[in-house]
Order: sequence, then structure tokens, then C-alpha cells
Amino acid sequence: MNKMPNWADTILVPLLSLLLAAVISGVVIALIGHNPIYALKLMVSGALGTSTNFSYTLYYATNFIFTGLAVAVAYHARMFNIGGEGQAYIGGLGAALACLYIPWPHWTLALIGGGLAAAIFGAAWAAIPAYLQAKRGSHIVITTIMFNYMSYPVVNYLLNGPIKAEGMEPATPSFAAEIALPNLSAILGTFGIAFSDRGPANFALVIALLACVGVWILIWRTKLGYETRAFGESESAAKYAGINPTKIIMIAMLISGALAGMMAINNVMGEAERLVLNAVEGAGFIGIAVALMGRNHPLGILIAALLFGILYQGGAELSAELRIPREMVTVIQALVILFTGALDNMVRMPIEKLFLSLRRKEAK
Amino acid sequence: MTLFTKFFGATAALALTAGAAAADPAIIFDLGGKFDKSFNEAAFTGATKWAEETGGTFAEFEISSDAQREQAIRRFAEEGYNPIVMAGFSWGTPLATVAEEYPDLKFSIIDMVVDAPNVQSVVFNEHEGSYLVGMLAAMASEDGTVGFIGGMDIPLIRKFACGYAQGALAVNPDATVLANMTGTTPAAWNDPVKGSELTLAQISQGADVIYAAAGGTGVGVLQTAADQGVYSIGVDSNQNYMHPGSVLTSMLKRVDTAVYDAFTAGTELEAGFNVMGLDNGGVGYALDEFNAELITADMQAAVDAASAAIAAGEISVHDYMSDETCPVLEF
Repeated sequence: MNKMPNWADTILVPLLSLLLAAVISGVVIALIGHNPIYALKLMVSGALGTSTNFSYTLYYATNFIFTGLAVAVAYHARMFNIGGEGQAYIGGLGAALACLYIPWPHWTLALIGGGLAAAIFGAAWAAIPAYLQAKRGSHIVITTIMFNYMSYPVVNYLLNGPIKAEGMEPATPSFAAEIALPNLSAILGTFGIAFSDRGPANFALVIALLACVGVWILIWRTKLGYETRAFGESESAAKYAGINPTKIIMIAMLISGALAGMMAINNVMGEAERLVLNAVEGAGFIGIAVALMGRNHPLGILIAALLFGILYQGGAELSAELRIPREMVTVIQALVILFTGALDNMVRMPIEKLFLSLRRKEAK
Repeated sequence: MTLFTKFFGATAALALTAGAAAADPAIIFDLGGKFDKSFNEAAFTGATKWAEETGGTFAEFEISSDAQREQAIRRFAEEGYNPIVMAGFSWGTPLATVAEEYPDLKFSIIDMVVDAPNVQSVVFNEHEGSYLVGMLAAMASEDGTVGFIGGMDIPLIRKFACGYAQGALAVNPDATVLANMTGTTPAAWNDPVKGSELTLAQISQGADVIYAAAGGTGVGVLQTAADQGVYSIGVDSNQNYMHPGSVLTSMLKRVDTAVYDAFTAGTELEAGFNVMGLDNGGVGYALDEFNAELITADMQAAVDAASAAIAAGEISVHDYMSDETCPVLEF
């Protein structure tokens, strides 16, 4: 039996955690000599105030949805995939290769081809740690971290040599203009909604939302999802029930890697339209926080990703507007992660007790 | 009127517009941040120097993501800052887009070329400055083995290494030049521990002068060289003071001058291509009270002669980035 109603678990607890994080952040901002209320306003209006700003928020959120889903899918099989960073980077390589060397006639085909390449590359990068875990028992946390570090020199080597564009910068040439994904303003424009065309949000957002639905169906509405969850809850029980652990580990990790790789649809194909160094920029790690905060449920991940998008974009505006160092913004972001992720029980326990005591009273 | 536009209209009213600064200059730093003890910090130094001398104010911003580049330039452009200076080759593509949108504003980009009527592109002849310190290294070396430790393995750093090797070999054709890169990620710019390990490795191979072109990693190189009693060479800023008697010299890349000049020119900033080389003091080697005893009169004469010859075009130093090969060094 649940200790507290569903709404308290999914809404009240995160909201209170956020509030606590906001209060502490406010104290930090006051300590460096700024008005916390004004700073909060700046952050909110910076993230949501204009459609250009909102477009940046959505762009970051799209990245986090992909990496958050990647962590969640693996997590349902009790695999802690912290290799999203490397998988997304290698996925970017796949997308870049597909977009550079195949002359797609139309962006829709490029989206399918490039997206598939990104997913396959990302999955392949997750496959080796998955195999090592399934067959050799090498811990997935260690191996996926190692694969993050291995992805950097691989892409760096390629960007400095074989696929480098002319000039100073270690980056691939830009993709052909005709395969650029439509940005959000073009998509919303067809529905008669005015939206700034200066932001980076693009068609990948649609794919991310579809991925949310897809993951929900996969985990809660398919046999494979059932097996994955059963395996995640108890490996020995799952084995007894005839579920093949190797198969579940491999499939969950391959899907996880593919989702992380598909982040490239957003940052490589949608935004930069080329592959640059360090293209993932930590989104793979933010995905862990997003999945934790979203309770590994697609809807929760969607909301958490949006929140992190707001923190990223609002934080940038905050540091530009108040001329505070960007490290201060990182502190605020870290506080939110700390309270919503790591210190979750601090808020949860008292609320659980509160609900239990309320219930006892009702029972009397 | 859709729900969306209403929503944005309402929240936009909340947004506080920043006071538009009448033609104040602005500077945008690259991902390394303005206190990287190297490239970005040199840019910051130049901007600060301008502010102190003129009493003017300038706007600044440190980006934390590649996606913020266009956003950052546009934000300053919309607020009317002029000129807008940015340091780093990664600004090329976003600046090309934004410069077109604001034809009345002036932009300056360091380490990259953007061909637009309102953009000044400042590039440095790092290979020339490195050539000079390479000569000094070979002259100071006792066993003819000199080392190079780069930061992240990118063409720009290979350009430093290639110029250095050419200078060393010009003095001593039998010299051995060891070259190592710290890493392949941006973390390589700030890894003094690994810099220290590479220094020890090069010393064990006989190097007795080591040139660090590695941002914050160089701090470890210089420290270890001082501990082990060999010479080191600093980069970008004058780092001679860090270990007097051990830092042989520093290869100066005057990013600060470039920013200072752009700020001083203000709205009159001249668009076009600005090469900062030996001939206009954009690069050079540092000579001050901390290394006066290390650089003999003969060494100085030889380097100054070479410097004049390069400036006059009599010696041509191969630029790695011109064809991505180095005739004297294998990477």
C-alpha cells in the first residue's frame, strides 16, 4: 500500500524540493549582493519571456529528454547507464557521417537516415559495456564511464583529421542546407502560431516527444517491457520465470544507447548542422538527474527536462544580465539537483509521516 | 491571437529590459572562461587595461555552451554594444550569421577569419614567435634535446609545435625535438598534473628545455621543470615571473593588445584582416628582469636577427595550418 497519495508523491514532493532549492539559491544570491526576487524573475523571464528564449529552453530540454529516457530505460532493468555522454557523442558521429556522405534528397529522409545512424552508433557504443556486464559481470557503471572517456579521443581524432573541414576549427563541414531540419518557428508557423526563428529549437523536439510515448509503450505495454521491469525488480525471480538475463541486459542497454545517440538529431542535425568538439556538453550526465527526478517515467522526464532547460537558459540570462560569474549559475543548478535528486528523502520522509498520521486519524 | 502569443506577451512584459549602453564595447569569452590563465584571460586583461586607461565600461559574458554563441552575440548587438569582440576560433560560424543581421555594428574576432564588411579578423603568427623561442631553446640546451608540450591536440597547437621545431633545428640541425600533446579533450587545457608527468617523461628522454603551449596545463610543466632544474618556456602571457631562473622565456601572443586595440578603435574599428606577427609586435619572446641572466647577449643577437629577417620576409617559417603538415616534426 502507498504511504501517501499519488499526487503527493509525484507533485508535492518535487515541488517542495524545488522550493527549498529556490530558498537556498536566494540566500546565495543575496550573499553576493543581488536581490533574489529580481534574480528569480530574471531567470523565469529569461527562460520563458520571449519566444526566442523559450526556444533555447526547449532546445536544452530536447537534449535532456533523450538522455533522460536513455537512463530510464536502462534503469528499469537495474542497469545504471552513465555512459549517455559518450553514446550521444558517438551518436553525433553517426549522424554527421550519414549527413555528410549520403546525398539525401529531402530533410525528412535525412532525418530518418541520420536519426537511424545516430541510434545505431549510440547503441553500438553501449553494446560493449552491455555485453561485458551480461557475460562477464563487469560492472556497467565502470565500463560506461570508461566508454565516455574513450569516445572523446575517437571523435577528436576524426575531427582533427579524416572528417575535418577546412580551416582552424576541429569540426566537420556544415551539412547541406537542404537537409537542415525545420526549426520550431517553421513547424508552428504551419499551424499559424508565431514563434521566433532565432532560437535553436527544431523538429527534434517532435521526435523527443514521440520517444517519450514510445518508451512509455515499451516499458508498460509490451512483453519486453514487462520482462525488463521484472528483471529489474528481482533478477533471480525473473530467471525462475524463464526470462533470459543476457537478453534483457543487452536489449535494455541497446535501446538506452540508441536513445542517447538520438540526441544527435537535436544538437548535431538540428542545431549546429555539423559535428563540433565536445558537442554533447554534459547533457549525458544531466540526463541522469533528469531521469532520477522524473522517477524514470516518460512524463516525469519530460517535466524534469523542461525544468532543466529552464535552469540552463534562465541561468545564462541571469549571468548575462546581472554580470555574475557563470559558476554562480552552476551553483544554483547544482542546488536544484541536490534537493530534487540526492536529498529527496529529506522532504519525502516528513511528508510520508504527515500523511500516515492523517490517515490514522481518519481511521479512528 | 493564439494562446502562445498571449503567453509570451504576458511574460515578456515581466522581462526587464537592460539599459542600452551607448556604444560601449563588449567582449565575449570562450568556453574556457575568462580566468583560464591563458588565452581568455589575456583578452580580459586587454579589456581591463582599456577600461582603466579610459575610465570607460564594457560588457562581458562567458558562455557555457556552444549553443549560446549566436545568442550571446545577438544579445549584445541588440543592446547596442559596439564593437563586440570575441576570442576564439569557434566564433567563426555564429559570427558570420549575426554580423550580417547587424550591418551597422562592428565586430572583432580573434584567431579566426570571418569575411564580412563589418568584421575585423585578428589572427596571430604563432609559428613565428614559436620559431624564436625554439632558437633560444636550442641555444640554451646542453645536449641538443628540447621538448614541446601542447594542450589539446588541435591544428592551432601543432602550429606552435612546428614553428618551435623549425627554430630549434635552425640553430642546431642535429637537435632532437620531442613533442607531446596533453590530451584530446578541452580538459587538456587545464591538467597541470598530466603536464607535470609529460615533463618528467621528456626530461628522462634528455630534454633540458621544455616549451609549454597548453593553457593551464603549462603551470605544471613550468613547476616540474623548475623542480627538476631544467629550463621551461611559457606561452601567451609573459610567464617568466613564475619561476625566475628556470623559465627561459615566454612566447608572447598579444591577445590583450588585440582586444585593447579593438576597444580603443571603438565604433571606428576597421574591418578586414589583421595579422599580428613579428613585424607589428603581435607575437614575440619575453625578456625581463626574471630571465635577463639566462639570455646571453649572443642569444639575444641571434634571435633579434632572425626576428628581423622573418619580419622582412627573408626567413620563412612554415605555417602548419597552411597545409596541415610539418616538414620537421611528426605528430
